[in-house]
Amino acid sequence: MSSDAIVSRSFGAARPAAMARPGQEAVQAKGWWRAHRFLVLRRLSQIAVFALFLLGPLAGVWLIKGNLSASLVMGVVPLTDPFALAQVLATRHWPELSAFTGAAIVIAVYALAGGRMFCSWVCPVNAVTDAAAWLRRRLKISTGKAPRGGLRYWLIPAVLVACAITGQAVWEFVNPVSMTQRALIFGGGVAWGAAAAVFLFDLLIAPRGWCAHLCPVGATYALVGTASLLRVSARHAGRCNDCADCYAVCPEPQVIVMPLKGKGGAGPVITDCDCTNCGRCIDVCGPDVFTFTHRFDSRKD
Amino acid sequence: MDFSRRTVMQGAASAATAGLIAGGAALLGRPAQARPAQALRPPGAIDEGRFLGACIRCGLCVRDCPPGNLKLSTWGDGMARDVAIGTPYFEAREIPCEMCEAIPCVRACPTGALDHALTDINQARMGVAVLIDEENCLNFLGLRCDVCYRVCPVIDKAITLEKISNPRSDRHAMLLPTVHADACTGCGKCEKSCVLEKAAIKVLPLTIARGELGHHYRKGWEAANRSGKPQFDLPVQRLPEHAVPGDLAPLRSGRDAYDPAGAASANAERAGR
Repeated sequence: MSSDAIVSRSFGAARPAAMARPGQEAVQAKGWWRAHRFLVLRRLSQIAVFALFLLGPLAGVWLIKGNLSASLVMGVVPLTDPFALAQVLATRHWPELSAFTGAAIVIAVYALAGGRMFCSWVCPVNAVTDAAAWLRRRLKISTGKAPRGGLRYWLIPAVLVACAITGQAVWEFVNPVSMTQRALIFGGGVAWGAAAAVFLFDLLIAPRGWCAHLCPVGATYALVGTASLLRVSARHAGRCNDCADCYAVCPEPQVIVMPLKGKGGAGPVITDCDCTNCGRCIDVCGPDVFTFTHRFDSRKD
Repeated sequence: MDFSRRTVMQGAASAATAGLIAGGAALLGRPAQARPAQALRPPGAIDEGRFLGACIRCGLCVRDCPPGNLKLSTWGDGMARDVAIGTPYFEAREIPCEMCEAIPCVRACPTGALDHALTDINQARMGVAVLIDEENCLNFLGLRCDVCYRVCPVIDKAITLEKISNPRSDRHAMLLPTVHADACTGCGKCEKSCVLEKAAIKVLPLTIARGELGHHYRKGWEAANRSGKPQFDLPVQRLPEHAVPGDLAPLRSGRDAYDPAGAASANAERAGR
């Protein structure tokens, strides 16, 4: 599932100067806005999600209540995090119907939009790990080693088994994702330590370690989005000048290789469920190789 | 699928690592099971061991709590540090449960960690009040404070005032606040309103506060345990007609007025014999 090592050997090492500041070329070619469009939109989306949650306690406008583990929109529509619900079910506790309805709605939306859009457009930890990856590039930190990308997919059953054995929602004792988002919505200073730990882990120990290798929450969303409709396509792969900026910014660079290079008869669409649909590759590409499209769009030039 | 030796070994290594991480998370969760006695769960909370599996840590109960007493533990300062992170609790001495009739916190819970079977707030058992420090309770000191009794939402059922004579003066009564666990919801209003610097009455989890009677005991004086008639007659108290000299509780034993001097002389007489 992971070929990061290969990617960083073949592209990262070749152009160290460009890797420190990817996207320079795109700014020159397309201007600042088009070279940062999806990054800005994603940050706005992440901020908007938490602004909506905070509108209740701060301004008394209750559009959405709860947090990303479970919430209630407009007092009617429930939303439930699938991995959190899976943990509850693994403890053999049978929740109320609204928890199932909420998970069904969440799964339906992300199954269409791309499961890991949760990671890149909603999850606050994404901003933390993106910051760590950015600093890693700027400081040219090349030490550290991430665990295999497959680990996160093993963590899902491992956590659920631990839940079944202990009867407790085991991951919620350590989950920095739910801790951080809860700290944002409900306050609580010490939970920020979780976000700080993830930042340092990504910065010093494992490049893109948390989101791309460990987090079972994101892995669950990836599984949800295995057949998602919205995808990124390397439609204009012919224009690619091998600058490797997309690999440098991509949290899951292994997903780009095949569609971009068309090896083994791969189509142009990035169908790997690890792709977070963050669109950063679209931003940083000077020749505009990438574009958002649907998974059945095999146009290519 | 690729079942080469290399991929199988890598898979096994990942699986083992995942197992270690999950096990580590479970171990980290162990201290969280030792919830501080003063951190009370919302009404309808299921047994603590199962609660930590059922609670999804969403805070919807917190948002729907009108008095705002519910908090999500954050590993912050004070008690929050020791309550399992992200789970709801309240501290009675800060803000007690308002005992809303509609029980909005329970209705908001999407997982049933707060049991939706609870529809009558008077049936809630968030804990049980215990008059834990009789030595400082003003009523035990012979004063008429009664505040815990007055504020009890289940007054005269969960807390009663039991009248006994004050052995220190023997001409005054003491009205002792007495909790009846079968009616106490554990809302904590008594603890909140206790006028002492630190409450003499505290709400404690049932697991700490309650004993358990041997299952073979039958309370013959309770109608449910009788088969038609009492299984035994209550003993008849035989009290003397007159105060017994030297009796420390003469009010109980006769009509004569309290007479410490007489008692003293009677004692002296007895000693001289």
